[in-house]
Amino acid sequence: MEILIAFVIGAMTASGVFLTLRGRTFPVVLGLTLLAYAVNVFLFAMGRLTVGLPAVIDPTQGGYADPLPQALVLTAIVIAFGMTAFLIVLALKARAEMGNDHVDGLHLSEDEASLKNTLPPRSQRASRKARHADQQEAGQ
Amino acid sequence: MTDWPSLPFLALLVPLLGGTLILLAKPFGLRLQRILGLLLTLGLLFVSVDLLEVAFEQGHRVYTLGNWAAPYGIVLVLDALSAMMVSLTTVLALAALWYAIASGIDRQGAHFHVLFQIQLFGLNGAFLTGDVFNLFVFFEVLLLASYGLLLHGGGRLRTRGGLHYVVINLIGSTLFLFAVGALYGLLGTLNMADMAQAVADLPTSDLAPVAAAGLLLLVVFAIKAAFFPLYLWLPGAYAETSAPVAALFAIMTKVGLYAIIRVHGTVFGPEAGELAFYHQPFVLTAGLIGLGMAALGVMAAKGLRNQVAYLVLASVATLLIGVGLNTPQALGATLYYLIHSTLVAAALFLLADLIAKGRGSYADRFESAPAMPQAVLLGGFFLFGAIAMTGMPPLSGFMGKVFILDAALAHDWSAWVLGMILVSSLLMIVAMARSGSLLFYNTLDGASNGEALNRPGLVSVLGLFLISVGMVVFAGPILGMTEAIAERAYDVGPYVDQVLNTPTQDAQWLKGGH
Repeated sequence: MEILIAFVIGAMTASGVFLTLRGRTFPVVLGLTLLAYAVNVFLFAMGRLTVGLPAVIDPTQGGYADPLPQALVLTAIVIAFGMTAFLIVLALKARAEMGNDHVDGLHLSEDEASLKNTLPPRSQRASRKARHADQQEAGQ
Repeated sequence: MTDWPSLPFLALLVPLLGGTLILLAKPFGLRLQRILGLLLTLGLLFVSVDLLEVAFEQGHRVYTLGNWAAPYGIVLVLDALSAMMVSLTTVLALAALWYAIASGIDRQGAHFHVLFQIQLFGLNGAFLTGDVFNLFVFFEVLLLASYGLLLHGGGRLRTRGGLHYVVINLIGSTLFLFAVGALYGLLGTLNMADMAQAVADLPTSDLAPVAAAGLLLLVVFAIKAAFFPLYLWLPGAYAETSAPVAALFAIMTKVGLYAIIRVHGTVFGPEAGELAFYHQPFVLTAGLIGLGMAALGVMAAKGLRNQVAYLVLASVATLLIGVGLNTPQALGATLYYLIHSTLVAAALFLLADLIAKGRGSYADRFESAPAMPQAVLLGGFFLFGAIAMTGMPPLSGFMGKVFILDAALAHDWSAWVLGMILVSSLLMIVAMARSGSLLFYNTLDGASNGEALNRPGLVSVLGLFLISVGMVVFAGPILGMTEAIAERAYDVGPYVDQVLNTPTQDAQWLKGGH
């Protein structure tokens, strides 16, 4: 069971780190969520993995599971939940204000840039790259 | 009031309940919210003066939350270091709040005053807690409030800087949990005093994982304190946010620094056996490289606010060098420089905002512009701030740097420390001289389209600068105080004893009434 848990935490952390390093806000949000999941399982495992022991002290049983990590995980889950919700709203705000969902707010993908030309211009909010594309097209 | 056992808790209760009160006061208008905010911050100032007095008289004061004794219960620990940080925060908050009200920045969005109080709640909690997981919770409280404050007023670049700030801090929080989990798994406790004892009795097989977890925790504090190479989020976030928020955030980097002194200094302190102060070489190296990078950033900045943000980074790096030197004398000097750099950096952020408003559409960019209204007065202030911040005589920055350099002489790396601090100071002096001459002398003809000088706002800057003057006049007593604090911070034994041996309060005073 230890090996399985270790692999689960490792896989989630690796995916989380990979997604966090992506250039767009949505994968970054997903990556942070995965990292939060990984750390929750990790915290849980730090109370040592036990099977069949009561969560609350029971005089008839030989032992009990460590209750502290459970309390820590509960706190961590609530905080991570709130932070993720905040981050999603902030990412949407950034998308609306900067006209694209890149974390630097500067780049448009090819399809977005071509789509942009068919839409009414957003004037100042257009990104540097999109403006560059517009100029090139005007020159042709 | 100083005998009251719950006194440390009052520093948390005032801003928390106060913030709620201000929220409820919203229907009665901004004016009431402003008055409440100012009164609460003033009240907090009285509490923090009380805290200082108690801390110096009694050494340590432990408050057991919910009357559960440590290490099972959560404790708040008041000592001279935490009392000093709480007082510094409150003084800074008062100046920032006054500027926010004077310049009407609190009108640009809802709930500025609520977020401001909650921010103070989180800061004071982080300074006073004696439990590492509780430190995480208070970090989250102060971060969530800081997200709101950072984005206050809105704007495209502010949103972008805010997004970076939020993401890097969420990663930091995740790392914090990994470190806390690993330390709990190995030491079986999260109370700092108890952890210090557990590390002292650590079996050899557990040394490496505990050391790794401790360094992971150092990375977390490095993100908060913005030290090399984890500082890239700071200039964007601080330069783009509103001036009073940037001024208040001058203390935020110091929270990370305080956490290193408190957590690592206690858990991996002088009694930690093989792990005693094993983190200090990392801190010193990060400080040395970071100072060089920050000085280059100061030289390269294209706007005044960006330049001040890099000056904050330089001051943090200097403080790290002071902490990394790892002697009580160096820590005493560092704490002196910490008080100075926090207050002067905040004043410079406020001043940069006044200058940017005076230059109208040219804002704070380093370009020639028509002369701003009241240029002589603002220029005098700028000269004062630049001298204090770069560390030229006769102001407090010079004193602080001299104390740190003096403490560095005995260290093995003294040549590196002296060289780096002196060269970076020279670079910063050149950069500030250049920006000052560009802003105030190299002006274009014609009238500026900027606003008239906001005189009430200037009062905040004046107040902060006067403290800098006071720190020179009373340099001896203040340095004596910070050195006493540093001595106590290095003497971990009494801290551990006091935390672990504080009994729960019996309810005599409850029964006494009957």
